[in-house]
Amino acid sequence: MTTSAPRIRAARIEAPPGKTRRGWTGGDDSRLAFLFVLPAAIGLLAFYFWPLLRGMWLSFTSWDLLSAAEFIGFDNYTRMFADPVFWNAIRVTLVFVVLNIGIQTVVALTLAVLMQRLTQSTLVRSLILTPYLVSNVVAALVFFWILDFQLGIGNQVLEWMGLDRIGFFTSESWAILTVALVNVWRHMGYTALLIFAGLQAIPSNLYEAARVDGASEVRMFSSITMPLLRPILGLVLIISVIGSFQVFDTISVTTGGGPINATRVLQVYIYDNAFAQFDFGYASALSVAMLAILMIVTFIQYRITRAGQTDLN
Amino acid sequence: MTQLSQSSRTVADDPTPGPAPSTRTRPRIRWGKIIAWIVMVVLLVITIFPFYWMLRTSLSSNSALAANASSLLPVDFSWGGFQRVFGLQSIDDAIADGGSGAQLDFWRYLVNSVVVATGITVCQVFFSAMAAYAFSRLRWRGRNLVFGAFLLSLMVPVIFTLLPNFLLIKELGLIDTLLGIMLPSLFMAPFAIFFLRQFFLNVPIEVEEAALVDGASKVRVFFNVIVPMSVAPIATISILTYMTAWNDYFWPLMVSYTDESRVMTVALGSFAAQSPQGGPDWAGLMAATLVAATPMVILFACFAQKIVNSIGFSGIK
Repeated sequence: MTTSAPRIRAARIEAPPGKTRRGWTGGDDSRLAFLFVLPAAIGLLAFYFWPLLRGMWLSFTSWDLLSAAEFIGFDNYTRMFADPVFWNAIRVTLVFVVLNIGIQTVVALTLAVLMQRLTQSTLVRSLILTPYLVSNVVAALVFFWILDFQLGIGNQVLEWMGLDRIGFFTSESWAILTVALVNVWRHMGYTALLIFAGLQAIPSNLYEAARVDGASEVRMFSSITMPLLRPILGLVLIISVIGSFQVFDTISVTTGGGPINATRVLQVYIYDNAFAQFDFGYASALSVAMLAILMIVTFIQYRITRAGQTDLN
Repeated sequence: MTQLSQSSRTVADDPTPGPAPSTRTRPRIRWGKIIAWIVMVVLLVITIFPFYWMLRTSLSSNSALAANASSLLPVDFSWGGFQRVFGLQSIDDAIADGGSGAQLDFWRYLVNSVVVATGITVCQVFFSAMAAYAFSRLRWRGRNLVFGAFLLSLMVPVIFTLLPNFLLIKELGLIDTLLGIMLPSLFMAPFAIFFLRQFFLNVPIEVEEAALVDGASKVRVFFNVIVPMSVAPIATISILTYMTAWNDYFWPLMVSYTDESRVMTVALGSFAAQSPQGGPDWAGLMAATLVAATPMVILFACFAQKIVNSIGFSGIK
């Protein structure tokens, strides 16, 4: 920066005034750049940074939107740490994330490997992406119907197989698994395509060499595919875990957090506090907790999976 | 297959006992293949079946659905579900048919969704492209610093900005308006800026310089050189943006209160909640989900190849 600045100034003195305005000689485009970045910068400041600061500040206040916000120090936080529903929400969220991501990753990895081994067809790839095209709301409602206790085809099938009907969305022990599976259904194809892209990047001569040495498919998967896939798998995991922590839509339109608190994840609890209790201060404190959890999780994951590095070279 | 025969040849050339492993490998791989195909087909059926079930249910009538829940074909075929969704059925008929009788004007929600998704896509992609150009091709002081600030915004989880953004929209008096739903997404999306910047960097500098030598301004270079040469990535990011905007639920749920600004996803959520006595109007609900899902599926069908292939390099959104 310090070295280039004088050079630009020197060029400006030497060049005739008409030419610098065009700027292609390597001059300074500050004025134009300002105009080009301005709209995006407004968006960044007004809808990313300002709400970030404001959210932090709100978490130290008591505010019902009607009267003025009142500064109450750490009261929201002491209340939060003593709130059993908050700790339950953390537990439910973690259970959801583990179920969601665990199943989703296994299924998506299976799909990706199968696609790589069996078919490269665009049709298959388009089909598995279809659930990702519909909204969470649509996915949730379809399964709400398929898994309905009385009329759902899912429960009909269970009955044919001689099993008892299951209240997928109404039983306290099943609801969270059901919601997790709905999310798996919507995201597995998309995740599989991301992993598939990572698989394509593994040089095929590695497999050929292993085959020449007589390695089995299982052996090739564990010694070539998995280690070389680690960086992309790590990246995919980080993205899906962050998304998974913020689950809201699926639960909001089906169970609404119930039965009792069985699916009241943190996000739903935040919404309840803000829009049912009009307690924006407390809802903001809960959001700060969410932000902290997300940052810690991302950091740990990044360290474990070493997503930034590659073993390819 | 060629690799297989190759490997058996190498094994055969080897003086140590060879043919035995290769004969054992062949049938095992074939069995493995059959199992693999079965797993694949099962996963595909799980993926597709719910869509079929939506269609089958939406074309059935509610009373027949209760009596015959497991028929694979529509039971007592009827357009009633779709008629209720679009308000084409009289209220008495709708109630008799298992509907709630509440007036739901899905045309309106459809139009609202189209306006919101189109507005967001056009503005967001355009402004993001402008910023991406400034970050990739213009020279100015503090470029890296400002770009770093945008990088940071990628790490702010959406949830954290929702409540304060709701307050801001409220203070601007835009609650329950389509503009209020659109505003936070109109100016940019960090991901769109990074995505487009990456492509703009790849436009050969010679092309740009040639245009500048010919006397074009940098503004013209942007509109006449950079944008036309990046049609494919701009189309990809536009489709992704459109899908995200169309499928969004949480934010519109916060902002919209009446039909004035209700979009499809929010309408679906409230449709599900308005169960008449005697169970929800499943035929109507499935017809409504189908109406909400179809535009995205059509959009995707038109651009399937492009989207599927772009997921590889664009990475993750």
